[in-house]
Amino acid sequence: MSLATFWFAIIAILWTGYFILEGFDFGVGILLPVLGRDNTDRRLMINAIGPVWDGNEVWLLTAGGATFAAFPLWYASLFSGFYLALLIILVALIIRGVCFEFRGKVDNPRWRARWDAAIFAGSALPALLWGVAFANIVRGVPLDSAHVYTGNLLTLLNWYGLLGGLTTLSLFAMHGAMFLALKTDGEMRQRARQLAIRIAAAAVPLAAAFLAASQVGHGKPWTDVTAALGALALLGGLAAAYRGREGWAFLGTAITLALAVTTLFGDLYPRVLPSTTSAAYSLTVANASSSHYTLTVMTWVALIFTPVVLVYQGWTYWVFSKRLTRADFAESGPVTGAAPAGEDGAPTARISGRP
Amino acid sequence: MSTLDLSRWQFGITTVYHFIFVPLTIGLSLLVACLQTAWLLRKDPAYLRLTKFFGKLFLINFAVGVVTGIVQEFQFGMNWSAYSRFVGDVFGAPLAMEALLAFFMESTFLGLWIFGWDKLSPKLHLATIWLAAIGTSLSAYFILAANAWMQHPVGYEVSPVTHRAQLTSIVALLTNSTALAAWPHVFFASCLITGGVVIAVAAWHLAHGSDLGLFRRVLRLGLSVTLAAAVATAVTGDIQARLMDSQQPMKMAAAEALYNTESPASFSLFTIGSLNGSKELWSVRVPYLLSLIATLDPHGTVQGINNVEQAYVKKYGPGDYKPIIPVTYWSFRLMIGFGLLAGLLALIGLWLTRRRRDLPRSSWFYRAAVWAVVLPYLGTTSGWIFTEMGRQPWTVFGVLKTQQSVSPGVTPSSVIISMTVFTLLYAALAAIAGKLAITHVKAGVPEEPDSGAAPGGSGRPLPVFTY
Repeated sequence: MSLATFWFAIIAILWTGYFILEGFDFGVGILLPVLGRDNTDRRLMINAIGPVWDGNEVWLLTAGGATFAAFPLWYASLFSGFYLALLIILVALIIRGVCFEFRGKVDNPRWRARWDAAIFAGSALPALLWGVAFANIVRGVPLDSAHVYTGNLLTLLNWYGLLGGLTTLSLFAMHGAMFLALKTDGEMRQRARQLAIRIAAAAVPLAAAFLAASQVGHGKPWTDVTAALGALALLGGLAAAYRGREGWAFLGTAITLALAVTTLFGDLYPRVLPSTTSAAYSLTVANASSSHYTLTVMTWVALIFTPVVLVYQGWTYWVFSKRLTRADFAESGPVTGAAPAGEDGAPTARISGRP
Repeated sequence: MSTLDLSRWQFGITTVYHFIFVPLTIGLSLLVACLQTAWLLRKDPAYLRLTKFFGKLFLINFAVGVVTGIVQEFQFGMNWSAYSRFVGDVFGAPLAMEALLAFFMESTFLGLWIFGWDKLSPKLHLATIWLAAIGTSLSAYFILAANAWMQHPVGYEVSPVTHRAQLTSIVALLTNSTALAAWPHVFFASCLITGGVVIAVAAWHLAHGSDLGLFRRVLRLGLSVTLAAAVATAVTGDIQARLMDSQQPMKMAAAEALYNTESPASFSLFTIGSLNGSKELWSVRVPYLLSLIATLDPHGTVQGINNVEQAYVKKYGPGDYKPIIPVTYWSFRLMIGFGLLAGLLALIGLWLTRRRRDLPRSSWFYRAAVWAVVLPYLGTTSGWIFTEMGRQPWTVFGVLKTQQSVSPGVTPSSVIISMTVFTLLYAALAAIAGKLAITHVKAGVPEEPDSGAAPGGSGRPLPVFTY
């Protein structure tokens, strides 16, 4: 395996991490108006992702940085080509990022309602647009001989791109509901689990259709397997949700997202940005990559520091593994000095957690 | 306007705005870490109150700094794709390292700090804010190493095959003399801003007669930090000036609007007239100073713009290699002037509030102390405008020009849309974050209900820190 292929795989892994992690916090944001019936519910939901959402978003920044370093031509053509789509994503991520911090700073229902609406929009738009973007990367976009994008925003809004967008939107929503079922207790836990099952009615057919379309249009034998396994994992997650096995259910949607990204990157390989104008103008792992020296340096950096990051980020999830309940966010505000209800023996979210 | 001009304006607007929040993030994270350390060591509840008070201010500021940072990483590819293609092999490495080594550390440990008050042991919880603070300063190093490469490219070659820059030594890139000099300068300037904010906060409360004992200490702390940071910023800036003189002589000459080589060269504090060298109506000059700054020798030779221009034409071919002289001339003066003024005011403040002396009664003292917070901000803004405008017409000095860097496929209308959106959004964010910060500051430092108790002993996440 060449170093460039290795880095293509690293970037696929970074996007996998991003989709699994920020996927559920996007999902929680999307479900805020549905599951958050009152301010206590909404605080419960936001605090469920509170300690981790910012770290989750760094997976995107690392994917962006790694693409810049390892495949400068890919980064340049993709980011300048998808200009307005990325602008919308950036605006959404900016607004969403400050929402979490600012929402609780003023004790006023109208203030909070505005930020809640912004959290929803700031989560739903990127959830949709990342799917649109990735579908179009696999499908190919008009690139000229200098690998410069010659389409516009509407070029990206083809049926396959939109199907990809609806797939990520519904999968992230389902994944977020699974996360809430795993991370909360009491009424929220039940409602989240039931909603996850209801979302599956849309997410399963959309994901199946999108993966099938990807395989028919751009597939290869080994990605047929990953696509099929991804669909199976989704059904497995759904079955686990039915049986109240929240840990397995969350794992199911996580594996689906991982296999979906694997399938898309597998379909793409060895290209990184196909040109629909002429196959000769496509960007590939070979013609878009950095020099051998840069890739070697970056490989060492990644091999040394990625495990460290995984350890401390994993530790964070362990520290905050306790299920949250409405009682933790009573409207009167936490009573300092008193032990929270259910402190002892409170169920901890585990992979084998039972209802 | 062309895509080039619009992209330059957008980069300027978004970068200057981003750097309003970055220095306070760097400085406040360290201050909060120090306050929390002091609390653990001395068990004085005042330190805990201040940790939470400045911690909350830090988080309001951090939120805007983080989200505007995402734009910075993306717009190299969006607006400057020709640049990204050309330099990605070199410039992408420090950016990727920044994300992997610094951003993860900063955001993960900050999440642990915000939500971990009742979940981690006091020492472990203290470690999280230190790691977040270290991550913040580390991230500054990587991005400054990337910027330093644009000012003074090292450790690379231009491939004869691809005609793109290729990294030849990551060690050279990360130990670039320009980066080693820039990081302390930016770090101390960040401390200067933080000191200014601490002074303003304390002065407002002292003027309103709230928590006098506590805020007197806070004021003295802010004044000391500001004075020390002003001295350190000046010293590190002085070191940078000599590097600039040898690495980018045009920028040095443009900083003084020195058209013809002089030895010794004087430094003008102020000039009225035209800066294109044709006429100078009136100026206040300090003899030998420019020579001293640029070469450490009062009789040293400082090259003039016209002389450097001739040398560049010979080296790089026909063209105009001058930055916009009035911009470099004034931003250089304003950077130094605002920084020194902040330090001078801090010195006066320390004298007026010295030990065994009643606090000043004059409301002017407090008004000045509150408004002086703008000085270091104007200083850092001028500094970035100077160093980036002074490098023009280059993006990578001597290697790639700005006009060759812009995205070929992006239309002016796209950039107009994004620039308008970012400007309006950033203005709204500034208004909201500013209002929240001021409300928070005015609300004061609440008493700790369980101030005597051991940290982490009783409880729930504090309302201040959960969402």
